[in-house]
Amino acid sequence: MRFIFKTDYGQDINLTKHGGHLFWYSALVLLMVAAPWLFAEYWLAQLTLVLIYSIAGLGLMLLAGFTGLFSMGHAAFLGVGAYTHAVLTNMGVPFPIALACAAGLSAAVGLIVGLPALRVKGIYLGIATLSFGFIVEEVLARWESVTGGNAGIHIKKPDIFGWVLETGDQFYFLCLVITVLSTLGILNLLRSPTGRAFVAIRDSEISAQSMGIHLAYYKTLSFAISAALAGIAGALYAHNLQFISPDQFNILQSIDLLLMIVIGGVGSVHGAFLGAIFLITMPQAIAMVKDFLPPVVGQAPGLQGLVYGLVLIAFVLFEPMGLYGRWLKIRTYLQMFPFYRKGMFKRQKSFQKSDRLK
Amino acid sequence: MKNEMLLSAKNLSVRFGGVLAVNNVSFDVRQGEVFTLIGPNGAGKTTVFNLISRIYTPTTGSIEYRGPNGLLRLTEQPPQNVASLGIARTFQNIELFEHASVLHNLLIGRHTHRATGLWQDLFFTAKVREAELKAREKAEEVIEFLSLQHYRDTFVAGLPYGVRKVVELARALCTEPKLLLLDEPSSGLNVEETDDMAFWIQDIKHELGITVLMVEHDMSLVSKVSDRVLAMNQGEMLAMGTPREVQTDPGVIEAYLGSIDDVSSLRRAASGLTSTAGVA
Repeated sequence: MRFIFKTDYGQDINLTKHGGHLFWYSALVLLMVAAPWLFAEYWLAQLTLVLIYSIAGLGLMLLAGFTGLFSMGHAAFLGVGAYTHAVLTNMGVPFPIALACAAGLSAAVGLIVGLPALRVKGIYLGIATLSFGFIVEEVLARWESVTGGNAGIHIKKPDIFGWVLETGDQFYFLCLVITVLSTLGILNLLRSPTGRAFVAIRDSEISAQSMGIHLAYYKTLSFAISAALAGIAGALYAHNLQFISPDQFNILQSIDLLLMIVIGGVGSVHGAFLGAIFLITMPQAIAMVKDFLPPVVGQAPGLQGLVYGLVLIAFVLFEPMGLYGRWLKIRTYLQMFPFYRKGMFKRQKSFQKSDRLK
Repeated sequence: MKNEMLLSAKNLSVRFGGVLAVNNVSFDVRQGEVFTLIGPNGAGKTTVFNLISRIYTPTTGSIEYRGPNGLLRLTEQPPQNVASLGIARTFQNIELFEHASVLHNLLIGRHTHRATGLWQDLFFTAKVREAELKAREKAEEVIEFLSLQHYRDTFVAGLPYGVRKVVELARALCTEPKLLLLDEPSSGLNVEETDDMAFWIQDIKHELGITVLMVEHDMSLVSKVSDRVLAMNQGEMLAMGTPREVQTDPGVIEAYLGSIDDVSSLRRAASGLTSTAGVA
């Protein structure tokens, strides 16, 4: 067991709470930096994809996990970012400026989508964002003069003021830097008044308001930041595939993103990363097992969807806190061995909440 | 400073469809006093609270409040401005931020005092750190005041009911209010906890100099701490004065216990019932 001896308030504010944090996260960063020399090209490409999905997941986590607003059309923001970036890049705009524009336009769209969130909640917001997702997909398909319609568009290599990133390694480092910066930004927000306002809105709007939190401002802000991150992820996604078409940003992609944060663990930053790892490795795992299964099962179409569905149901039933929650349990078990009790993470029944003010 | 009006409700009425929840209620809360609203269930006490914290808008009437920049009409303010004007509240059924620690809850209470904006927060500049440390110091003062040290890092979701009540009071105090609205501070508390609450309300009044407006059913607590009491029934004002005056007011006694006519008519009805039962 680790006992932290606190001697000043700054310790609760710091990102790393103790030496163990610092050690393990530094080790992780070193591993990530060394990855191009350690892993084969294929696995590095997968790792790049994990990073890209993590960025989108971080955004959705902020919105759904920390502000309590579920978006079922998040792929639309990914699409807006991807297309903005692709169009600008093909016009010869340097990468950083195009990326900023992609994030900015996504955020602006997020602001507009956030407006209904001021009035509708829960499942109704889900439906509103879902239909928004369809609208964007349709726009991308029909606005042929800009987006190239269903035929899709190719995108040039990223060009940072004349320095063209040709290889997969270089692109991997680009994604790594952007992921680290986004993560730090989100962590900073969460430990500051802005992040606390989001959490307050998630847990009780009525008392958030009576604490002086402007609900409309913070809800739209959460949508905007979340959409901006999705837009950045979209831009990198476009570079990663070098070709985008509207059907990459359909409802299935939105559900993948939602699935990712639920399986990762709603309400934890770690969850966004664990969920992204799950989302990328699962198809590989299925592909590997496929050959050993009887052909009727192994070759059946929709096997992946079935497995995803089962895994999601299993998580909701048995581990609502997701992969990160499972990790917390394992860690506590090891730390407290042999004193871990089964009920330690059982949620207590919440006391009756006021229905009148809802 | 004493006896100066802090909040004044003038002819407040609220109608929800066919229900007149509050009917022509007027009262003044003076600086530095403990003012209590009492009345049977459904009397409109919580509705008055919700009018002051701007969750509802009155159908007619207005509320005036002496804010930091002089007298203003509270009923024209948006709900999120109420806290920064120096009005904090607690809720009857506890509305804490469940999935956050006690300390986190108290820091949310410091929201109106935030000194930094989105971009500074995003980069966690030195100014943010400084502001955070200040907020923490203030939160620690409140923790000390209400003896919550033991629960500082506990998640609210795992706390017993009595402690949650205190945490909610602490969160309200963290906003550094001038006027504190307490909606049934003793409901669900045992005798000792109610005593503690009474002490704290007195301390809040005397040591912190905060004016308290509360809704309460426990008459021993009411008479112990309040300077003036307003009794309401069915949305209307019944009596106002010191706790003693209100308790002996015939109208108040009737609202709580019913009149002698009610009792005799009940008795008649009951005997009628038994006699018909006898015939059958």
